[in-house]
Amino acid sequence: MATPLLELDQVTIRFGGLTAVSELTTHVGERELVGLIGPNGAGKTTVFNLITGVYQPTSGGIRFAGQSLVGRKPYQITKHCIARTFQNIRLFPSLSVFDNVRVAFHLHVKHNAVHSLTRFRAFHTEEKQIAAQTMELLEIFDLGKFRDEPAKCLPYGDQRCLEIVRALATKPKLLLLDEPAAGMNPTEKAELTKLIRFIKDKFQIAVLLVEHDMQVVMGICERIAVLDYGVKIAEGTPTEVRANPKVIEAYLGEEHVKHA
Amino acid sequence: MLARSQYFLLAALAVSFVASLFSRSINPYFLDIAVTCGINITLAISLNLINGFTGQFSLGHAGFMAIGAYTAAMITTTLGNKLLPLMGGQTWILFPLALYAGGLSASLAGLLVGVPSLRLKGDYLAIVTLGFGEIIRVIIQNIDVVGGARGLIGIPDYSTLFWTFGLAAITVYTVWALVHSTYGRGFIAVNDDEIAAEAMGINTTRYKITAFVVGAFFAGLAGGVYAHFKQYIAPQGFGFDKSIEIVVMVILGGMGNNVGVIIAAILLTILTESLRKFGDYRMILYSLLIIVLMITRPQGLFTWPIWKRKSA
Repeated sequence: MATPLLELDQVTIRFGGLTAVSELTTHVGERELVGLIGPNGAGKTTVFNLITGVYQPTSGGIRFAGQSLVGRKPYQITKHCIARTFQNIRLFPSLSVFDNVRVAFHLHVKHNAVHSLTRFRAFHTEEKQIAAQTMELLEIFDLGKFRDEPAKCLPYGDQRCLEIVRALATKPKLLLLDEPAAGMNPTEKAELTKLIRFIKDKFQIAVLLVEHDMQVVMGICERIAVLDYGVKIAEGTPTEVRANPKVIEAYLGEEHVKHA
Repeated sequence: MLARSQYFLLAALAVSFVASLFSRSINPYFLDIAVTCGINITLAISLNLINGFTGQFSLGHAGFMAIGAYTAAMITTTLGNKLLPLMGGQTWILFPLALYAGGLSASLAGLLVGVPSLRLKGDYLAIVTLGFGEIIRVIIQNIDVVGGARGLIGIPDYSTLFWTFGLAAITVYTVWALVHSTYGRGFIAVNDDEIAAEAMGINTTRYKITAFVVGAFFAGLAGGVYAHFKQYIAPQGFGFDKSIEIVVMVILGGMGNNVGVIIAAILLTILTESLRKFGDYRMILYSLLIIVLMITRPQGLFTWPIWKRKSA
C-alpha cells in the first residue's frame, strides 16, 4: 500500500486524569473497510471525535491524504472529504428527508446568501442540479418515497440509512460509521451489512466502522483494530483478531482464556 | 428573467405604493394601525430568522430597533437641513439613506451580540440579549444629544404606507429567499442539530452571525420607519416589553413559519389596539390570552410547516 488515506500516529487524548485514547497508531487505506471494535468505554467513539475534530488530541498526529487534521474544526474536516454518522442518530428532525440530504450538498454549492437573494439563472440551474443529485442518491437507497416526510417520521432503520445517505452527499473519501447496527434486529443487521458493502463498492470510498455487533464486523471488515481502555490491543484480519487471546480476554474475561 | 418570488416582491411594492397614494383619504386612526401592523411584520419576520429558523433565542430585538430608530432620526433631524438642499429637496432620497444608516448601525450591533451567541445557548443567550437590549435603552436614556429620557422630538413625517409595507415586503422576501435555498437550509440545520450540522460541513458560527446581522439590519430599518411615522421616539418605547411583544408574535405565529408570523403580527397589533379601552387591565388580558394560547397551542397558532413539505 502506498500512502494510506487516514493515518493516526501515536494519538493520545486525556480528559483530566483519564487517558481515553493512548498512543493509538493505525491507518485506513483507500477503499478499505476497517473495523474498530472494543468493549464499552474502550474509546472507540472518542477516536471518531478525534478524527472529526470534535476533540483535539493531547499529543500525536492525525493525517488525511498527507495533510494534518489536528487543530481543524469539524466543518473544515468534512471539507477534507471525511463524513460521519452518529451513534445516536442525529438527523435534522424538522427538515424533510430531501432537505436533510440537500443541506449536505452545501459544501459543493457555489452560491451563497447573496445569490439566494438575487436568484439569477445560475442559482436556479445549480439548485436544479443539486435537487437531481439529491433525488438520485435517495433513489439508490430506496428513500425517494419518503422525500417530503420530515426525517423524524421515518422508521428507525430508514433513519439510520438516511444518515448514511446524508453523509455520502458531502462526497467523502472516508466514511466513519459509529455503531450503525445499534438497536437493529437480525434482519435489519443483515441488510445493513449488505448496505455497507454496497456503499463501499458503489462510491469507491473507504469505511471506518465502529461496531459492537461481532457478526456485522467480522462479516464485512477487511481489517480490524481492537481497543481496550484506550489502548490498541490487536489488529489484523477478522480471523486473526478472533483468535487473539488478548481480544478474548478483553471481551470475555481472563477465565475464558485459561479454559480455552 | 425574474424568479417567481421576485414578482411577488415587485407586486407587493407596487400595491404599497398605490395604497400610499390614497393614504390621505384613510381615517388617520386606521392608518396608524395599518402602519403599526407593517412595522410589526418587519420586526417579527426579522426576528423569525434569528429565533425561528436559526433557533437562537434573542430577547433584544427592541434594542436593534432603537439603534435604527435613533440613527435614522438623528440623521434626518440634525443633518436633514444640510443634506436636503444637496438632494434637491427630495426627501425620497434622504429618507432611505437615513434608514439604511440606521439598519447598518443596528446590524453592527447584531454582530456584537452574535459573537457571544456562539458560546451561549438557549436561556443563557436569551439573558445576554435581554441585557443587551436594556443596555441600549439605558445608554440612549443618558445621552442628552438625542433627548435622553425626554425622547427625541421633531422627527420629520417621512414614513408612508409605501415605506412601511415596502419594507415589510422586502423583509419577508429576504428571509424567505435566504431560507429557501441549499445554502439557507443551513439555518434550519443549525437549529435542528448543531453537532450534526458541523459534521455536514456547515460553518455554524457563520450562520448564526449572519442570522443576527440580517435580523438586526431589518429591525433597524423598522425602527427608522417607526421614528419617522410617530415623529417622536423615547427610550421607554424600546424596552423589554417591546422585545417580548415581538417574540410573542414569532411564537404565536409558529417558529420558523413566515406566513404564521405575519398573521400573528397583524392579529396582535389589532388585539393590542382593541384592548385599549380596558385601560391598564389591557396588559392583564393580553398576558392571559398568551398563557392560554401557550397551554393549548404551544407550537404556535399556525403550524402548517411550509418548508417541511415543499422541498423546492
